[in-house]
Amino acid sequence: MEQIISVKINGIDVSVKKGTSILEAAKKVNVRIPTLCYHEDLCIAGNCRVCVVEVDGYRNLVASCATPCEQGMIIKTNTPKVRTARKDLIALLVSEHNTQCTTCYRSTNCELQDLASEYNVDNDTYLNICKKSEIDKSSWSIEKDDSKCVRCQRCVRTCAELQHVNAVCVAHKGKDMKITTFMELPLNEVVCVNCGQCITHCPTGALTERRYFDDIWEAIGDDTKHVVVNTAPSVRVALGEMLGFEPGEIVTGKMAAALKKIGFDSVLDTDFTADLTIIEEGHELLSRLRKALQTKEETTLPMITSCSPGWVKFIEHMYPNHLEHLSTCKSPQQMFGALSKTYYAEKIDVKPEDIVSVSIMPCAAKKYEANRPEMNSSGFRDIDAGLTTRELAHMIKQAGVEFTELPNSSFDSIMGKSTGAGAIFGASGGVMEAALRTAYEIITGREVPFEKLNITPVRGLEGIKEADIKFENVLPDWSFLEGVTLKVAVAHGLTNARIIMDQIAEGKSPYHFIEIMACPGGCIGGGGQPIPTNDEIRKKRMEAIYKEDEGLELRKSHENPEIAQLYNEYLTSGPLGHKSHKLLHTHYRKRNRY
Amino acid sequence: MKDRLKRVDVILGNYNDSNKYKTLGLCMKRPNQQIIQDLLDSGLKGRGGAGFLTGLKWKFAAQAEGEEKYVICNADEGEPGTFKDREILTKVARRVLGGMGICAKVIGAKKGFIYLRGEYKYLVPQLQKEVDEFHVHAEILGLDFNVEIFLGSGAYVCGEETALLNSLEGRRGEPRNKPPFPTNNGYNGCPTVINNVETLVSALMVAKIGPEEFKKLGIQDSHGSKLFSVSGDTPRPGIYDIEFGMSLSDFVREFGDGDTKAVQVGGASGFCVPRKKFASTTIGFPGGLSGDSLPTGGSMMLFNSTRSMYRVLENYLDFFEEESCGQCTPCRIGCQQLKEGISAVKKGERPPQYLEQLLKLSETMKITAKCGLGQSVANSFSSIVINFREEMIY
Repeated sequence: MEQIISVKINGIDVSVKKGTSILEAAKKVNVRIPTLCYHEDLCIAGNCRVCVVEVDGYRNLVASCATPCEQGMIIKTNTPKVRTARKDLIALLVSEHNTQCTTCYRSTNCELQDLASEYNVDNDTYLNICKKSEIDKSSWSIEKDDSKCVRCQRCVRTCAELQHVNAVCVAHKGKDMKITTFMELPLNEVVCVNCGQCITHCPTGALTERRYFDDIWEAIGDDTKHVVVNTAPSVRVALGEMLGFEPGEIVTGKMAAALKKIGFDSVLDTDFTADLTIIEEGHELLSRLRKALQTKEETTLPMITSCSPGWVKFIEHMYPNHLEHLSTCKSPQQMFGALSKTYYAEKIDVKPEDIVSVSIMPCAAKKYEANRPEMNSSGFRDIDAGLTTRELAHMIKQAGVEFTELPNSSFDSIMGKSTGAGAIFGASGGVMEAALRTAYEIITGREVPFEKLNITPVRGLEGIKEADIKFENVLPDWSFLEGVTLKVAVAHGLTNARIIMDQIAEGKSPYHFIEIMACPGGCIGGGGQPIPTNDEIRKKRMEAIYKEDEGLELRKSHENPEIAQLYNEYLTSGPLGHKSHKLLHTHYRKRNRY
Repeated sequence: MKDRLKRVDVILGNYNDSNKYKTLGLCMKRPNQQIIQDLLDSGLKGRGGAGFLTGLKWKFAAQAEGEEKYVICNADEGEPGTFKDREILTKVARRVLGGMGICAKVIGAKKGFIYLRGEYKYLVPQLQKEVDEFHVHAEILGLDFNVEIFLGSGAYVCGEETALLNSLEGRRGEPRNKPPFPTNNGYNGCPTVINNVETLVSALMVAKIGPEEFKKLGIQDSHGSKLFSVSGDTPRPGIYDIEFGMSLSDFVREFGDGDTKAVQVGGASGFCVPRKKFASTTIGFPGGLSGDSLPTGGSMMLFNSTRSMYRVLENYLDFFEEESCGQCTPCRIGCQQLKEGISAVKKGERPPQYLEQLLKLSETMKITAKCGLGQSVANSFSSIVINFREEMIY
């Protein structure tokens, strides 16, 4: 049985479960204790010491995040002793920090800046001991500036706990202690999957995405270029957070309007290629099932989704002998890129070399993906630049657009129309749900047997989700699936991906089809999303996505008229056909573990 | 040695050791409760410097639930000016192993480690022989307890018990949050007793001579004798087994060179006592005594008038800014600021009043640092800056 204990915090009685930290107990009674190394997603480090409080009878202050409540504790969070020590600690952090806040990308969204301002810390309390260092810009996705690092180790814990990648780690000790990579190699030379979770967990500007908006401004200003942009499903439910809205606000219309105001020549939708992904990937799954169950040809099951470039690089490094499980489908971003410089270019009669194809993504790894050497099936770089949700928010601000006042607009055509199935790609479980809505209907001729098409077992923030779908009364062409129960799983966060992959490596995986997203929560919690991101915010963004889906008239990818048009006019040999194969599918490479 | 310093030779003294592990053998037949009670009655406190009651530590670990339990001998002797554990392990390793054996019997441990300072690698062959011999005797006595020697990698902070555990587990050697304490959640999450080398010998002595005899030595709250590593400006550097409770003036008369201006008690993390406070300072654990009393891991460093206390402090801070593990803010940045700060004052880049800011900082470090290392930097800093302020400035 759980033991309930009571403590007194600033004179207020609080009852909590045994084991609750002082910090959590204080939250219960609305006593806010400042923190820095603490993050809801991560294990407790207790190393910044900013959250120190006084406990009666204790000689020293204690870190409230790391100290469990004990029966009868009398805790004070705001005494002169506490305030003085806290201010001193913040002054120390400032003395070690590159305080060029005026030019910092994270200015006004920096936890150290907030603390220093809240406690009115004097920059000159202590000597400046900040070590100048060269910014590591070697990665396509992530920039690392050690001079802004506060050594909270949130990135280290993120990379280890959430992602099981360990690209960043602690090295050296004392004054030389720093957060670095294996052998202190540049980020592009170590096993890093570019997911960018370290960025969204960094309290300061030490880790940021590599920014490309200046190049995009240049392209927009160049009259000879036709700049086309596509925006990922999860961007529209998060972008508002940086532009005056509360988490969970759907700003699709305003976003489209802003993109037009900024000067993009055509504002299109990644949701369209998400629908396309479902058609291709759905058929790939059915083809694999047919080979496995009917024709007994060689094939690999379970099939795993390949939309998440962080996940793809993860499996390439960690499970190089199991790449055949990955769907050969490109991600929606890369499908969009390839089509933008072929199908779209033909349609609008612009030379592909004059098209600049930009994507707005919730993701840092998309930058890397766009730069993968094989991503040039249009004959050009399929995607010229992948920007994060954060970069777009900056562009909107730079353009002087009053976002909250914008009237709603809509996407251009062609490649701007989408369904609810494309929309839910942004949440963990969304690809699975979208695929099942289409596949089930192809096989049985009927809608998936879930109320309002909502396949709730694959929704939510649980690390690994499972569902069984039984096929009955199938159409004649799919008779081999009669009575078959399709077993599917959904995992998000690479630590969970590892569990799934270990099962596969041991030959014990019970599934036919698995969706894996690199980031916790899926794309709504991506490494390119507004900061902060935590479970509370993830839930709100998720709710928004499903709300958007339910509000749409079309909710199944195969009902998207622009998709039908695409297959009629351009991909005439159909899903998995010759042209699809060239433009929409890809291959993977084995990479090393170190 | 003169009368006023009772040299007792409890730890290193010659006993009739012909019957090896006799005390351990006797303990095997005694109830655990009794052995713990004896330890508690003896008032034995940890000899590593922190001074926690050894009996209490054993009691906690004995009561803690866990299938596996461990006994760890902390031989990571890294405090500047301390070299007594090396001597113990060289001369009477058997007594250390005997102490570990008793502890293992009392708490129910089957596995033990000697966490040996990396620089003491040369001790390993001899020590391993002793360990092998111990295993033979333990088996004869019916004690299922295996001891392994583990070499540290050279970090000072790994002498801190939770950092030691991390190091032993193959992790980065940095302190953990406490609670949980090692007696409940130590090596690999199991109940663990971590005792200093000398503590284990003292525990054996309590079992051998009994708490009453043990308590005859020392003073109130500081019972028994202690090994002191005497170094610095002294004609007689070395290791001395001395009863607790001596005054510093007696100590200086015995070991000083006639020109002693300060004694650093307890190494770099200890306190600096100036001449004017020699008479009022007693060596022992802080308790109900009048005047100052100072705990010590056993390091006694004497400085004469030719020494610059600024240089002494700078040297300590050099050491700390390097040996801090670097994880917590007050210790990592504080050590650097203290060092850079006194240098700035000395060079006239900051006014002498900046020393007050630094003293405030050392107080912040004392009350907010994660482990004993960061908390104790203030000891030497404040005692040197306050007592030798003019040397810091001019």
